[in-house]
Amino acid sequence: MRKIIMPCGLHCIKVNHLGVTLGGQEILKDINLHIHCGSLNVVIGRNGAGKSTLIRAILGDIAHTGNIEFKDRENGHIQKLKIGYVPQSMNVEKQTPVSVYDMIASYQSNVPVFLMRGKKVRREIEEHLEIFEAGHLIDKQVCNLSGGELQRVLLSMALMNSPNLLLLDEPVSGIDKNGMELFYRTIYNLKKNYDLAVILISHDLEYVKQYADKVVLLDRSVLRQGSAREVFKSAEFAQVFESRKEEA
Amino acid sequence: MNFFSWLQYDFMKYAFLAILIITPLFGLMGTMIVNRKMAFFSDALGHSALTGIAVGVVLGVNNTSISMVVFAIVFALLLNLISGKVSSSTDTVISVFSSCSIALGLAILSQGGNFSKYSSILVGDILSITPREIWYLFVILLAALAFWLFGFNKLLAVSLNRTLAGSLHISAVWLENLFAVLTALIVMVSIKWIGILIINALLILPAAAAKNISENMREYHFFSILFSVFSGVLGLVISYYTNVATGPTIVILASFIYFATYWWGSRYNV
Repeated sequence: MRKIIMPCGLHCIKVNHLGVTLGGQEILKDINLHIHCGSLNVVIGRNGAGKSTLIRAILGDIAHTGNIEFKDRENGHIQKLKIGYVPQSMNVEKQTPVSVYDMIASYQSNVPVFLMRGKKVRREIEEHLEIFEAGHLIDKQVCNLSGGELQRVLLSMALMNSPNLLLLDEPVSGIDKNGMELFYRTIYNLKKNYDLAVILISHDLEYVKQYADKVVLLDRSVLRQGSAREVFKSAEFAQVFESRKEEA
Repeated sequence: MNFFSWLQYDFMKYAFLAILIITPLFGLMGTMIVNRKMAFFSDALGHSALTGIAVGVVLGVNNTSISMVVFAIVFALLLNLISGKVSSSTDTVISVFSSCSIALGLAILSQGGNFSKYSSILVGDILSITPREIWYLFVILLAALAFWLFGFNKLLAVSLNRTLAGSLHISAVWLENLFAVLTALIVMVSIKWIGILIINALLILPAAAAKNISENMREYHFFSILFSVFSGVLGLVISYYTNVATGPTIVILASFIYFATYWWGSRYNV
């Protein structure tokens, strides 16, 4: 098992004036976020508010203005930020001959997966899968995993690089209520026991209220951020989510 | 009658050697082409051979094989670039380019009623291969193996999720281009022996058959190469005794294997 590091609360990640323009259209404008390690930050907003774009911009997958700094407050110098990313889904259709080992090893190792299975790599993958009680899935085909199983596999993979920041993109779609509860509890334990900050895109306001340390209401820019209670009571929140109810 | 009597002729020996090099190569490359859903792409590549020859004829190049290879590489890179940029679905874009290029090639080559001179490339003839050309194939096989050892994990990672790969600093734009170039090279070098009409079948069928019954990448590659070599060698022998063109015989065998694995896979491998 991996060593459990208690969060120090001393370092933070700052997103300064981040903006994204795609094809002449401004998708995100002047985003400022301050994220502490060991905190769960949830981004909410209507469809098309730019939530996934924000995640991809922080990942460096799309060009953006502004900057992201990672500060270690204890000794002041800036280290390289390591990001773990859990995508919405993987590109596997039925009958794709890719096992969980193949998938993780293709990202994490240079041992060619078509030729052989590296013993060391396999052990390492298994250890990380065990964190989420998914060790038995290592030889299963990725396309045969349930939504919840795939999520746990992807989470363990994201942890393999010991990230400082974990980004999760709408991971709760296609999972039943029990699975959701389990997922939020897992995330909660993660941020408590590992030295990392979490940014999560979520649609499920009920769980957000219960688990989030900080909520960011997004609609092209940050409309409101703060504790779940503050944001949920705000006029901006009512505007975004009440108007959505009317549409429906 | 000696079972290996067909090997007494030099042309059969060379054809046998060529099959032993081409089929594993195709089995290997096919796995990635099938997984990335690039079957249409490699098909279009095969068709571009005619245009490559036509371009060579127009430019007055003596050795049209060179213009063919160069054109295919340019064509492959262009297809890669365009399918990444255009928002309409990739198969439509590829189809447009493929039809345009084959029409251009046919128009130029048929000018003056001379097309019969080039029609042999449609079916191909493995029995006419020379030792020098076998060496070329061998070098390409080594290159493909090296590429696979070095680049396969990254290519797989990107095909599974590009953004996730990017977050781990796996950038594959040049690897994908290299893969396209390698595919172009392999298709062009072997097209004279296999033929435009069926070369894609040889690339796709063994991998598609292997996919039906494999659960991981090692099984997938093992079966793909096994099916490819098996149908290649058996196809050559059968075509010798039945006096049928070798390429089609191989493809018919590979199709049988595909249907058999499809049946087996849907029954036992759900």
